[in-house]
Amino acid sequence: MPFLREFASYLPERIVSNAEIGSHVGCDAEWIKNVSGIEQRRFAAADESVADLALRAAQSCLAKAKLSASSLGMIMIATGTADRQFPGPASTVAHRLGLDSTPALDVPMASAGTLYAMALASRLCESIGEILIVGAEKMSSVVLRPPMERGVAILFGDGAGACLVSPTEGKARVLGSTLHSDGAFAEDLKLGFDRPLDMNGRSVILQASRKVPRAISDLLARHGRQAADVRTFLMHQANQNLIDRVAQALEVPAERFYSNIARYGNTSSASMLIAAAEWAERGWPAGAPVCFTAFGAGFHWGALLAES
Amino acid sequence: MDNRTKINEILNGIAGKPIAPADDESLFDSGLLDSFALADLVAALEKAFDLKIPDADLNPRKFDSIERIESYLEDHGK
Repeated sequence: MPFLREFASYLPERIVSNAEIGSHVGCDAEWIKNVSGIEQRRFAAADESVADLALRAAQSCLAKAKLSASSLGMIMIATGTADRQFPGPASTVAHRLGLDSTPALDVPMASAGTLYAMALASRLCESIGEILIVGAEKMSSVVLRPPMERGVAILFGDGAGACLVSPTEGKARVLGSTLHSDGAFAEDLKLGFDRPLDMNGRSVILQASRKVPRAISDLLARHGRQAADVRTFLMHQANQNLIDRVAQALEVPAERFYSNIARYGNTSSASMLIAAAEWAERGWPAGAPVCFTAFGAGFHWGALLAES
Repeated sequence: MDNRTKINEILNGIAGKPIAPADDESLFDSGLLDSFALADLVAALEKAFDLKIPDADLNPRKFDSIERIESYLEDHGK
């Protein structure tokens, strides 16, 4: 039986206000808040890499779990903003954790990457042991790339989140997951080499607002539960309006969806685990199902159900 | 009620006020509706026309104007 054992996050120090990012793209702070729910985001330092961010979250997660890196059976690093085409940051992070032969897998999927990694780790951990998952993004390296586009620049931030998946113990056991992909929309959210992020926001919103509630409902039904039974939804923090729309579609109060997008913006693959780490700090309530869900470039989407 | 009247009623309901876009005017580029209203529009069309719009058809351009919405409905026997 797979368990979610521990969570952690790392956010860079520099806070970038809506006024600051808005000054680059000709829009005011209030407008940014109204269209996205975002009030500020963090940007990494110029010399801070995706691997640096991931390492900080990884170290924090292992420390909280009181687990040595040498006990890990695998590391998975999800990112869409790796510093180079290959190798990705996974082997670097493993090396900097002192590992020299532990498999380290890159999951270059952007927003849905950590959800995919959690679902895969839940299936793998019984055979290979503890698996450390990190979602890390330096989105500032993308959004600050000229020409800056208003609809993109205002949304994103940097950060990293981590989750330890265990075959033996944890805060909650993983009941199941569902994963989906549809390449028909691959052109609607993409990042080419040395190109600005290209996003058809209307398509993303339209598809996400239908696919995410459906995936959650299907997963819950498979496990004999309804949306109203779920204590907390930990969703990829893409846009507050999208989070609210998914809550509305599931007919649950928006408050059931933990949200920190106002403080960090959309940190792509990192966001769901940053949210989980913050939420879990308050104590994981006994007997309460928690549903993780994400949607992103690909399109890839899905959900994972856990219960303490 | 004809399709045009139904579509206009749906658009007014989503906008929360009477709007009168030209047939070929983009409902979204014009600012009459925002991006999040597109999902509401598709859901309302499904309900009003007893139609199941598959995800593969959910290209925002297909629902970007009254003309295009009418064309989509006609193509699907409505």
